[in-house]
Amino acid sequence: MPKITFVEHDGTVHTVDAEIGATVMETALRNDVASIVAECGGGCTCATCLVHVDDAWSGIVGPPSSDEEQMLDAAFEVKPTSRLCCQIKVTDELDGLVVHTPAYQGR
Amino acid sequence: MSETIKTDVVIIGAGPVGLFAVFELGLLDIKTHLIDILDKVGGQCAELYPEKPIYDIPGIPLITGHGLSDALMEQIKPFHPTFHLGEMVTTVEKLGEASFRVGTDRGKTFECKVVVIAAGGGSFQPKRPPIAGIEPYESKSVHYAVRKMDAFRDKNLVIVGGGDSALDWTLNLQPLAKRLTLIHRRDDFRGAPDSVNKMRALVAAGNMDLKIGQVSALEGSDGQLTALSVKGNDGSVTRVECDAMLPFFGLTMKLGPVADWGLKMDDELIPVDMSTFETNVPGIFAIGDINTYPGKLKLILSGFHEGALMAQKAHHYVYPDKRLVFQYTTSSTNLQKKLGVA
Repeated sequence: MPKITFVEHDGTVHTVDAEIGATVMETALRNDVASIVAECGGGCTCATCLVHVDDAWSGIVGPPSSDEEQMLDAAFEVKPTSRLCCQIKVTDELDGLVVHTPAYQGR
Repeated sequence: MSETIKTDVVIIGAGPVGLFAVFELGLLDIKTHLIDILDKVGGQCAELYPEKPIYDIPGIPLITGHGLSDALMEQIKPFHPTFHLGEMVTTVEKLGEASFRVGTDRGKTFECKVVVIAAGGGSFQPKRPPIAGIEPYESKSVHYAVRKMDAFRDKNLVIVGGGDSALDWTLNLQPLAKRLTLIHRRDDFRGAPDSVNKMRALVAAGNMDLKIGQVSALEGSDGQLTALSVKGNDGSVTRVECDAMLPFFGLTMKLGPVADWGLKMDDELIPVDMSTFETNVPGIFAIGDINTYPGKLKLILSGFHEGALMAQKAHHYVYPDKRLVFQYTTSSTNLQKKLGVA
């Protein structure tokens, strides 16, 4: 099972098992990562599951779709490596993925 | 202060569950007024999923959020509910047995026998940028809505965002403002193409400024903004002098004033009796995503069921002397008359 690491802004690290085919957002919720809100439940309509993909992983995860890029307009502190993690599906290639969550989310 | 509106039931929230409650109450001759903070009905279905598919409404294999709201509006038409949109309920007070007073942020007052809270995840409120020290400026020189356009006349105004709200207010306020600067994180706008073209024409003519980047810091004192910093995508920071900022980043769900109404709460949810969906205050009910009970599922279909059971108990408060006889819409001429089909 692939492992994903969520690094919260305060340094809290969650390294968790992720089911292939689930989204990174679902993986966060199942593991109580408090800074992933996912208000819309994965519809790419709320921009409350923002993550900054670790630089080492950004190329592998890839860029957002144009729908997701538009939704990123409703997020804050967006970086070139930012993604809405409800739009990232877990695959074998993402085993070891590291993402960082913004301070403002989920507080 | 406007006149008090008297009705049987005030429903707080006009999402799918609040709308269907009108139907279940209507079948029992109970009149309803609905209040919602959004300027449209449908709640999350309208705000978050208008074009997204919903697959778990019984008997309807596929419907969009917008489609479901429209269908519910059609279904409740015979009961003539009254809607108060773009308004937030701020107060709910118990006046006596089966008597409540409900107040809104627009100064409306309702008196009713029953209150039904169908507020979903709470109220949709504008997203607030997490810029350090923004709080003292809010509602003084940082505004999330425009109530009076004239307030921005001859001001150095900054609008932030890339959607229709940001673009519409840019076009509306540019003629009034001393100087208007639109700030967006990328040079691409999701708003209506016509608005984008008009905005670009104003920029090309030198009548307003467009800056690409994100607001990173504010300057000013006593709530009065004097300038802000914009961090460009290349990391460079520029300073924009301004008297007011209007950020438009869409809406987010906040619990809002529900917590102040004297109801027992459990982690931002309202515990209810599972057979009536009544809260700890007799006569106040909570249905849909905002309630909690053992085994609760936040599904639209659960909210529909909760509305049907709630109506049975609500009838007891609205018509204390009338016995309620359970009837089916399929076979009851009485119910069919109310639906306008018999």
